[in-house]
Amino acid sequence: MLGITPSQTVGPFYAYCLTPTKYKLHEIFTNDLIVPGLEGETIRIEGRVLDGDNVGVPDAMVEIWQADAKGGFAHAREHQGANTGFKGFGRVEPDNEGKYHFITIKPGRVKTPDGKLQAPHIDVALFARGMLKHLVTRIYFADEESNKDDPVLMQVPADRRDTLIAKPQSGNGREKVYRFDIRIQEGAEGPPETQFFEA
Amino acid sequence: MTMHFPRDSAKVHPPSLFPYYTSTVKRAPKRPLIILPQTETELTGPAYGHEVVQPGDSDLTTQHEGTPIGQRIIVSGRVLDEDGRPVPNTLIEIWQANAAGRYVHINDQHDAPLDPNFSGAGRVVTDNEGRYKFITIRPGAYSWQNHENAWRPAHIHFSLFGPSFLSRLVTQMYFPDDPLFDYDPMFTSVDPKARQRMVSRFSLFTTIPEWGLGFEWDIVLRGTNATPMEQ
Ligand SMILES: [Fe+2]
Repeated sequence: MLGITPSQTVGPFYAYCLTPTKYKLHEIFTNDLIVPGLEGETIRIEGRVLDGDNVGVPDAMVEIWQADAKGGFAHAREHQGANTGFKGFGRVEPDNEGKYHFITIKPGRVKTPDGKLQAPHIDVALFARGMLKHLVTRIYFADEESNKDDPVLMQVPADRRDTLIAKPQSGNGREKVYRFDIRIQEGAEGPPETQFFEA
Repeated sequence: MTMHFPRDSAKVHPPSLFPYYTSTVKRAPKRPLIILPQTETELTGPAYGHEVVQPGDSDLTTQHEGTPIGQRIIVSGRVLDEDGRPVPNTLIEIWQANAAGRYVHINDQHDAPLDPNFSGAGRVVTDNEGRYKFITIRPGAYSWQNHENAWRPAHIHFSLFGPSFLSRLVTQMYFPDDPLFDYDPMFTSVDPKARQRMVSRFSLFTTIPEWGLGFEWDIVLRGTNATPMEQ
């Protein structure tokens, strides 16, 4: 066995490489996952990344990874070199107030190793200056009946589950909007911090 | 599929809270993490290969009209999983300061010159044996605001995917014997036994005569020795 390479912070200056919208480099990743002919319900997930002072974190980076509408993945092992179809991956640099959003589709249900169905969810990796390793969490959707049987949510204390649930917002006329704030750390007052996972 | 990524090996990552790195104090969760079962969502990962990289992306010294100032270096190595198997066809993204220690990022205020011939961003996809190679300029050290007279050791930022959501890694590659190591909150956030894993080695073998110095660095991602099985 080889020892794995330790994580180090993404730092404050990653954008000109990893999210180069404002720079000359061609973009590989964006916050819009929609591709032509994609099946599924288009949704917008929006929110803020907030620190322990309840202040927005502009120098964070949010990544999402999710199934398509049928619960399938554009997985690296089976789809090496694929450049068409739904990738299921998005990346975004929040704005000056820590606001971010993704345009994607509502994922389908994915099985657990023992064959149970999970509720629709999106995995999130959060990076930032001041974070030596990235944090992992999940987005669930408030209007999903199946949340109550989800094997991962079941492992989260009942009073903490709400931090993983994206809430429907009044629509923008184009797609259904969900709100999902990522609170890295609980302050003396204010809302509880997001539940993070050891993946 | 029945697969499992060992969790113990990931314990080598630094803690979220490391007060010597002052920005961690407000950016570390206070609540305990919950173990995430490894479902298909975690055991799969984004598929980005050779099609997303453009010619010249891996040579940071030829992205402008002129040649950048500084020591030309060749950074190469292999991406492996923890069982020692190569990780082929995986995207690596790198970014770094120029020879003077200045980033092109619009927020970098360090009192050092920009180099009109150097941006400092590169990309490459590993070959079938997990090998990668960048040509770049040795980055300079730079000062930052963490504590009095704080300087970062020279480093190149690396971002890798590997085969799954669990193998995702963002890290930094350092250069041998940097005198700034012991003062650096990021380098010293890692257990002393594992710090050398972040340090490249000088290689006469990859050094090109009358042209550039070679540094080799292998990167090890989380992985598993179980083989995926059909259900
Ligand atoms: Fe840096």
